[in-house]
Amino acid sequence: MQTKSEAINTGVVEEVIASPNSRRNFLIKAGSLSMASAFVLNACKKSSSDNGVNLGSGDFGILNYAYALEQLEAAFYIKVIASPYVGITAVEAAMLTDIRDHEIAHREFFKNALGGNAIIGLDVNFTTIDFTSRASVLGTAKAFEDLGVSAYNGAGQLIADVNYLALAGKIVSVEARHAAAIRELLGVNTFADSSVLDANALDKSRTPAEVLAIAGAYINTKIDASNLPS
Amino acid sequence: MNLQNIISDIEKVDPEVYERTSDRRDIFKNFGGVGKKIALSALPFALGGIFNKAYGQTTADIIGVLNFALKLEYLEFNFYQQGVANAALMAQGTPANTAAFTIIRDHENSHVNFLRTVITSLGGTPVTLTAANFDYTARGAFPTWNTNYDVYLAIAQAFEDTGVRAYKGQAGNVKSNRTVLTAALNIHSVEGRHAARVRLMRAGRGGAGAITKPWITGKDTSGIGPNVQASYNGEENVTQAGIVITNINGMSISANAASEAFDEPLTAAEVSAIVAPFFV
Repeated sequence: MQTKSEAINTGVVEEVIASPNSRRNFLIKAGSLSMASAFVLNACKKSSSDNGVNLGSGDFGILNYAYALEQLEAAFYIKVIASPYVGITAVEAAMLTDIRDHEIAHREFFKNALGGNAIIGLDVNFTTIDFTSRASVLGTAKAFEDLGVSAYNGAGQLIADVNYLALAGKIVSVEARHAAAIRELLGVNTFADSSVLDANALDKSRTPAEVLAIAGAYINTKIDASNLPS
Repeated sequence: MNLQNIISDIEKVDPEVYERTSDRRDIFKNFGGVGKKIALSALPFALGGIFNKAYGQTTADIIGVLNFALKLEYLEFNFYQQGVANAALMAQGTPANTAAFTIIRDHENSHVNFLRTVITSLGGTPVTLTAANFDYTARGAFPTWNTNYDVYLAIAQAFEDTGVRAYKGQAGNVKSNRTVLTAALNIHSVEGRHAARVRLMRAGRGGAGAITKPWITGKDTSGIGPNVQASYNGEENVTQAGIVITNINGMSISANAASEAFDEPLTAAEVSAIVAPFFV
């Protein structure tokens, strides 16, 4: 049904596979899920798709889309803090540590909110980033944060449940704060310049397709967004 | 812009669109009436307005929300307009800070003009407010608002953080008009960028505000004090959709980080209570 390597990538399975008696534990774990059979079926479907990880449809699809972006951001900042760039200041380190924790909080929130509908942990690709270079790290951080803002803003109208819309709203303004803070580290008063704002001083939103085309450069796992609402 | 394409797009999003209205011809008829009066750039807003009724939020509801937002934008714009024009006040800060306030003032002015256009395109009447409509001492709470730079910065921070919470609280109330919702979200995040910039200015000043981060920690006013506490109450929330964020899934996430990671909304009533003292 599944190869071991595929199973490693499927959510709950990930933490079980490393422990002894993994098959038995997996069944116990899976049995504890309210929709165990649906979950297993889903896991097979995802891992066998030629189009990569399917984000799914409806609000769960949008939440998985957000979960994917938060996974990317969290993985990035974890690495930034684990191996700080040359010449990092105490203020910068504190700021980037805060942001790391915020992104981990977002990632884990979506993981739990999605439960059995959550996509797998994505395989990120940061080979183009020089983690020893301030310019490379902060430049990437700026790009990720601006991308996140435009992604949440563009996804709002695709969300059906008003409670999920509210949650997206709670997160996007924090991403905007991150974006502005990072931008100020790179250049004074670039917090909301014309590269991100339109002529009416509105942030420019992006569609999921636009966002994933950009984010895809940093994600090895293929993502199938074809079932997302439009 | 091709009207036929817009209608087709709506059909894709909402296949039942014709059941919600009478028929396809009716849409064009409704649209024709509005279209003559509005600028091309405002067409999507007007079109969204035609369908609002079908989705349960009336155009009047949405115009009400937009006028509420417009009042807040006027509140901010006039505050920055007067601050930037006050040489003695700005001289207490740095040229970079003055430049930041000028940028923010211009954004708020753009938001005012944008919201007026959208309200008009929906068939509503935008409110018009001038400096004479505002009392930035907030009935004596901030008597030195235009002479003490730290007080001015504190009010700016409270305005921006409150603005973020205000837009956030209204997102659900304009949900039926996708174009308006997206525009509101696109303003909301700009207010978030402003808030971060102003908070960095306060951090850079040292003193009581030196602890200020670009994000809101707990319900902390970051040294401003009780006069703005209402703008921060509720921000200490660490439970989202029933999920406790602090140390979530065994991660080392402090309560401070958990509260910072999510900004919280305010209702229109809560926002009105906060800003009421600033209105004459």
